[in-house]
Amino acid sequence: MRTDNYQHPDHYLLDELLTEEHKLVRDAVRSWVKKELSPIIEDYAQRAEFPKHILKGLGSIGAFGPSLPVEYGCGGMDQISYGIIMQELERCDSGIRSTASVQGSLVMYPIYKYGSEEQRRKYLPKLASGELMGCFGLTEPDFGSNPGGMVTNFKDMGDHYLLNGAKMWISNAPFADIAVVWAKNEAGKIHGLIVERGMPGFSTPETHGKWSLRASATGELVFDNVKVPKENLLPNVSGLKGPMGCLDSARYGIAWGALGAAMDCYDSAKNYSIERIQFDKPIGGFQLTQKKLAEMLTEITKAQLLTWRLGVLKNEDRASTAQISMAKRNNVEIALQIAREARQIHGGMGITGEYPIMRHMMNLESVVTYEGTHDIHLLITGMDITGISAFR
Amino acid sequence: MKILVCISNVPDTTTKITFTPDNKAFNKAGVQFIINPYDELALTKALELNEAAGGGTVTVIHVGAADTEANLRKALAVGADDAVRIDAEPTDAFFVANEIAAYAKDKGFDIIFTGRESIDYNGGQVGGMIAELLDLPMVNVINSISLQGNAATIERDIDGGREVVSVDTPFVVSAQKELTEPRIPNMRGIMMARSKPLQVIAPAAAEKRTEISQYQAPQSKAGCKFIDAAEAETLIQLLHNEAKVI
Ligand SMILES: Cc1cc2nc3c(=O)[nH]c(=O)nc-3n(C[C@H](O)[C@H](O)[C@H](O)COP(=O)(O)OP(=O)(O)OC[C@H]3O[C@@H](n4cnc5c(N)ncnc54)[C@H](O)[C@@H]3O)c2cc1C
Repeated sequence: MRTDNYQHPDHYLLDELLTEEHKLVRDAVRSWVKKELSPIIEDYAQRAEFPKHILKGLGSIGAFGPSLPVEYGCGGMDQISYGIIMQELERCDSGIRSTASVQGSLVMYPIYKYGSEEQRRKYLPKLASGELMGCFGLTEPDFGSNPGGMVTNFKDMGDHYLLNGAKMWISNAPFADIAVVWAKNEAGKIHGLIVERGMPGFSTPETHGKWSLRASATGELVFDNVKVPKENLLPNVSGLKGPMGCLDSARYGIAWGALGAAMDCYDSAKNYSIERIQFDKPIGGFQLTQKKLAEMLTEITKAQLLTWRLGVLKNEDRASTAQISMAKRNNVEIALQIAREARQIHGGMGITGEYPIMRHMMNLESVVTYEGTHDIHLLITGMDITGISAFR
Repeated sequence: MKILVCISNVPDTTTKITFTPDNKAFNKAGVQFIINPYDELALTKALELNEAAGGGTVTVIHVGAADTEANLRKALAVGADDAVRIDAEPTDAFFVANEIAAYAKDKGFDIIFTGRESIDYNGGQVGGMIAELLDLPMVNVINSISLQGNAATIERDIDGGREVVSVDTPFVVSAQKELTEPRIPNMRGIMMARSKPLQVIAPAAAEKRTEISQYQAPQSKAGCKFIDAAEAETLIQLLHNEAKVI
C-alpha cells in the first residue's frame, strides 16, 4: 500500500467551526492512524483477519468511550470529539471504526447509562483501556430490522437467570470478553444482560466468507442454558428503548465515520486525477473527471455541515432519533456513491489494494445495512414527517 | 529532574512555501503550524527521562504571539506539566535565546532541551546561545541520553563514528532524529491539558542582531526528459548543449 498522505477537504472553511481541542483530537487520531493502522490495514483486510494487536493502541489513544466520564477511566470529551475520532478511524477502515463504535456506544454506553454503579466500576475502566473487549447482541437470524420480535429469552431461576437463544451478525463476537445481550424475560419484556466468555453454554462461532468489513471479526452468540448471575442484569432499562438508545449513539458515530470514508476516497481520487496522465494531460483536466470530483466535493461539504450541526445538537442533548437517522442514511449513501465514482477515476488501479477505494466500497455495503438499513432510516424520516409508521 | 523544553512553531512539512510580493516576509496565509519535529522529540525524551526516574517536571517554553498557543496546548496534552509563552515575535536566534535565558536564569532547571534546529529557518543557534548566556555546558545534536543521579551519559554522532559524553546537571542538549519516537497525545491527555497552567510573560529587554533582507524561492525544477536507451547520441548532445554539464 502507498504512503498515507490523507488530508481532509475543507471547501467551506468548516474547520473554523471546530475548537482548537477538536482539531488536536483529530490531529492526534490521524497521526496514530497513519502510524499504526494505514500500513497494515490492507493486508489484514485481504486476509480477512482482525488486527487484534491494535486494541491496546486504540485503548491508550482513548478511542473507546471517549465521551463517558473520566471517573470511569474514559475521556470525558464532548460528542463532536467522539464523532471526529470515529471519522478518523473510518477514514482508514470501517471495520476498525466498527470495533470502536461497538465498544464505546453499544457496550460501554449501556453499562454506563443502564447499569448499576458496581457494573460501571467493574467493567468501564477495563473496557476503556481495551483490556476487556465487548460486543452487542441484538440481531437474530429471524429478527433483523424488526428486533422487537426477538426470541432469545431468560428465565428467573431464583438465584440466577437461565439464558437461551442465538444472536447473529455480531461485530467483535469472536474475540469479545463480554457481550451485552438483549433478551426477553418471561413476561416478554426486553432486558440487557452482561454475558461473560467462559460461562458454560455460551459460544461465539465466527462468520466466514464476508466480502465486506473483512478486517472486522463478526460472529454469532449462542446461548444454550447459560446461567447468568443476577447481578449481570442491567437494572435501569426495560423494553426496546434500551437497545435503541445505544443505537442512537452508535449511528451518530457512523454518520461521522461514513463521511470519513467518503473523504478518503475523494482525497485519493483528487490526487490520482492530477498524477495520472492520459492523452498527454492529467485526467483531472478532462471535464468528465472534473464533474465527478466537483460533485463529490459538493456532497462532502453538505454532509460536513449536516454532521457538524448534528454534533452541536448532540452536545446539547437535543439530537432526535430522526435527525440521527437522516445523517446516518445520507452520509453512508454519499460515501457509497463517492467510492464508486472514485473507483472509476482510479481506472484499473482502483480495483487493487494499492488504493483504499475498493475496500471502502465493500465495507460501506455493511455500513448501509447495519444499525438500521438504508430503507428503514428513510421510513424513520417518513414517520417523523407524517406521524405514521410505514414499517410496522 | 526539572526540565525545560524549548518549543518552536514551524510550518507543516507539506506546506507550499511562498513569500510576500516584496520577498521580505514568509507568506503565512493558510499555513498550518506544527511543533518543530526535533522539539517534539526533545519533549518526548524529557518525559521519558522523568518517567524512568519516577518523578520530576517538564516545562515547555515558546517565544511567540498568541496564535501559537494551540501547539503549546498540544505539548501539554503530550504530557508537559506547564507551559510558558513569552509574548513577542521571535525575530532572530539571539533575541529568542535571550528571552529563554532570562526566564530560565533563576528557575533552577536541571536540563534545558532544544531541537537541533528548527525545520523552517534551520539556524541551529538557540541552544548554544542559551548555554552561553546561562554559563552552562552544552552537548549538541544528541542521539541518546541516560541519567544516573545528576550524571548524564550522552551519545552523539561524529564523522565516521560515535562519541560518548559525560556531563553533570545542569546542562543544555539539543535533540536529533534518533533520540526517540514522538509521542502522540491521547484523549485523556488532551482533556487534562485544559486545566494545566499556560503562563504568558512579557518579553525581557533584548535586542535582535540580524535582519532578513530578502527571501528567494529555489528555482523550480525543470521536468524530466526521457531519452531512449538507443539514442545515446541525443543524450550526449543534450548534456552538452542544454544542461551544459559535460
Ligand atoms: C458486518 C455486520 C456487522 C453487524 N454487527 C452487528 C452487531 O454488532 N450487533 C447486532 O445486533 N447486529 C449487527 N448486525 C446486524 C444488522 O444490524 C442487521 O443486518 C440489520 O439490522 C438488518 O437486518 P437483516 O440483515 O436481518 O435484514 P432484514 O431486516 O431481513 O432486511 C432485508 C431487507 O428488507 C428491508 N426491510 C425490512 N423490513 C422492512 C420494512 N418494514 N419496510 C421496508 N423494507 C424493509 C430492509 O431494508 C432490507 O433491505 C451486523 C450486520 C453486518 C452485516
